[in-house]
Amino acid sequence: MKRHQYTHTAGCRTYGFHDLKDLMAKATPARSGDLLAGVAAHSAEERAVAQMALAEVPLATFLKEALIPYERDEITRLIIDTHDAPAFAPVSHLTVGDFRNWLLGDAVDSEALAALAPGITPEMAAAVAKLMRNQDLILVAKKCRVVTRFRNTLGLAGRLATRLQPNHPTDDASGIAASLLDGLLYGSGDAVIGINPATDNVPQVIRLVTMLNDIISQYAIPTQSCVLTHVTNTIEAINRGAPVDLVFQSIGGTEATNRSFGVSLDLLGEARSAALSLNRGTLGDNVMYFETGQGSALSANANFGIDQQTCEARAYAVARQFKPLLVNTVVGFIGPEYLFDGKQIIRAGLEDHFCAKLLGLPMGCDVCYTNHAEADQNDMDVLLTLLSVAGCNFVMGIPGSDDIMLNYQTTSFHDALYARRVLGLRPAPEFEAWLQKMDIFSKDAQFRLNPSLPPAFHKALLRLP
Amino acid sequence: MNTKVSPVTANPWETLRQFTDARIALGRAGVSLPTAAHLAFQLAHAQARDAVLVALDVPGLSQSLNAVSGKQTCLSLHSAAADRTVYLQRPDLGRRLDDASRETLEGLKPAGPEPSVRLYDLAFVVVDGLSALAIEQNAAPFLSVLQRRIAAENWSVAPLCIVSQGRVAIGDEVGELLGAKAVVVLIGERPGLSSPDSMGLYLTWMPRVGLLDDSRNCISNVRPAGLRYEEAAYKLHYLLSQARQRQLTGVDLKDEALADPERLRVSEKNFLLDHSRTPGASGSQA
Repeated sequence: MKRHQYTHTAGCRTYGFHDLKDLMAKATPARSGDLLAGVAAHSAEERAVAQMALAEVPLATFLKEALIPYERDEITRLIIDTHDAPAFAPVSHLTVGDFRNWLLGDAVDSEALAALAPGITPEMAAAVAKLMRNQDLILVAKKCRVVTRFRNTLGLAGRLATRLQPNHPTDDASGIAASLLDGLLYGSGDAVIGINPATDNVPQVIRLVTMLNDIISQYAIPTQSCVLTHVTNTIEAINRGAPVDLVFQSIGGTEATNRSFGVSLDLLGEARSAALSLNRGTLGDNVMYFETGQGSALSANANFGIDQQTCEARAYAVARQFKPLLVNTVVGFIGPEYLFDGKQIIRAGLEDHFCAKLLGLPMGCDVCYTNHAEADQNDMDVLLTLLSVAGCNFVMGIPGSDDIMLNYQTTSFHDALYARRVLGLRPAPEFEAWLQKMDIFSKDAQFRLNPSLPPAFHKALLRLP
Repeated sequence: MNTKVSPVTANPWETLRQFTDARIALGRAGVSLPTAAHLAFQLAHAQARDAVLVALDVPGLSQSLNAVSGKQTCLSLHSAAADRTVYLQRPDLGRRLDDASRETLEGLKPAGPEPSVRLYDLAFVVVDGLSALAIEQNAAPFLSVLQRRIAAENWSVAPLCIVSQGRVAIGDEVGELLGAKAVVVLIGERPGLSSPDSMGLYLTWMPRVGLLDDSRNCISNVRPAGLRYEEAAYKLHYLLSQARQRQLTGVDLKDEALADPERLRVSEKNFLLDHSRTPGASGSQA
């Protein structure tokens, strides 16, 4: 029989856990992906006991016991090699359970958390998240501030940005422009105007990037564009002279997951250099946009027996290396085999946002679900509200919540306005000034949309056939 | 006097709806969705939820596919996921054939050649995925268009397979057992609210069990209201030819096919751009 590295006793029963990876997986709140992977706790009691055992593990253990061996995984090497010991010093003597208390403590403020971030590894963040209730994840994340800049300032306190996502199933220019205008007129688009193209085609990527660049230039919108295609396509588009603002890539938390996406740390570094060489940011040089989401490692057969929340946190080590403008967990996109229902999607969204913020990332969330999951708009309302309270940097903005290209439901232009109104949140300051200048928002009341068509766009509609 | 003003603020850009199925210009009640738009969404969601559960009509599909292919007889296969509930929660089972299906395919192999020899250039695997409707509506007419395009070239095509309760990667096992050099999976994509009938195409060179997504090329949203059959067939034919020539698919094989040039003239068609003003908006890079 395999030796148990960790044991914990509840009443008259002693539970054993093979190793740190096993303990973390058993301690994680229930979700379908961990059951699918065969790593989840076998009972509710085992899960609770695992959380107690995990609470006693010193944080320093995570620096000594790699979940995937250093020799086998470039992300493990990245995590270990870039760990900042002086930044870790304030919590280096704590257990995971004490770390939760420390994070929640009144003495720990935004400055303390920002200073701590380079000393925290993804596994530490994942471990403490497993011991937290939803309100803990919200309270600590709200204290974290991560501000990034390209052509505007994202992540300030009291602000909630949106990615305007004007997708069209055939990349039709007028169809994209129609959704784009709808979004702008509802105050959406400060995080990025980002299109998921219908097909992976370099000439088409160049045309879409050029189109977005022309619109942003013509209306002097203080925002940035992105066409969400594979990083190699974006590099090729840059080589062919396309006006690329941000480089997009989906990333995961193990080297093998990233290989399944056709990327590596070297390739991402190359892409960042290419984008930086264009020097298109006016306020800052955060040029990367990453998307993540629990379940991708298991889906690629590349999870190494690690639970999906911990794999997800490890993806943030990859993101952190490249100083992104935006990181986004597409939380409910992957389907019910990984996050079964609204309850699991909501929990995962809060965990991802918390872990990323703790690690110093500008985290947003695609609050979303597919039609084969046990979820609906009410679940999305709950998660959107919770994340807005937690200080999430940005959410999606799409016409009527319905993405007609990707076939899923995410937050709408209306939803973002709701969140801004109930919580008094505002768009990025530069974008807000533009909305007022263009007569989209009234100048007297910040959150009120003007009922009439703004003059600049009235002219555009006159060009219609 | 009691003047009744609607609490819904309409959007003066409703005319833009001609360009997209997206839910634009919905108007607003305060900042929220008006009742009619809210209820229309609820109905569409209910219909999409129902569509996920519909079973594929295999005999009907076989008939229409046989009509397309002429004399060939479709093989009816099943994944290891016994039913829809299992299918939704166990993608690993949806990626593998059940024992009976595997035996069927193994029984087709001629006694002579080595197991590793690939007898066919190409196999088509039609899979229900998350929308049987997409497959019932699009698979046969699309294959008919594609067939016209490749007819003049010498492709030896394996017997056509239909798989119930399958995922994309099941094409790897089917293609390997058939002994095909390339496999094209036609699969029902998850139903969206506006598109319950979207078909996806996945092309894999030298299919074998265990390949990952970076080995495939995907063409998505094939349906009359999305990517039209002619255009999808043009793209697939381009990728097939490239795959055969370069003996690979996946991230190293880029879709450089210039699709319908009309559709790609994005700058010219864009009403948001004033071409007399914007220097970069000439579209001349095309």
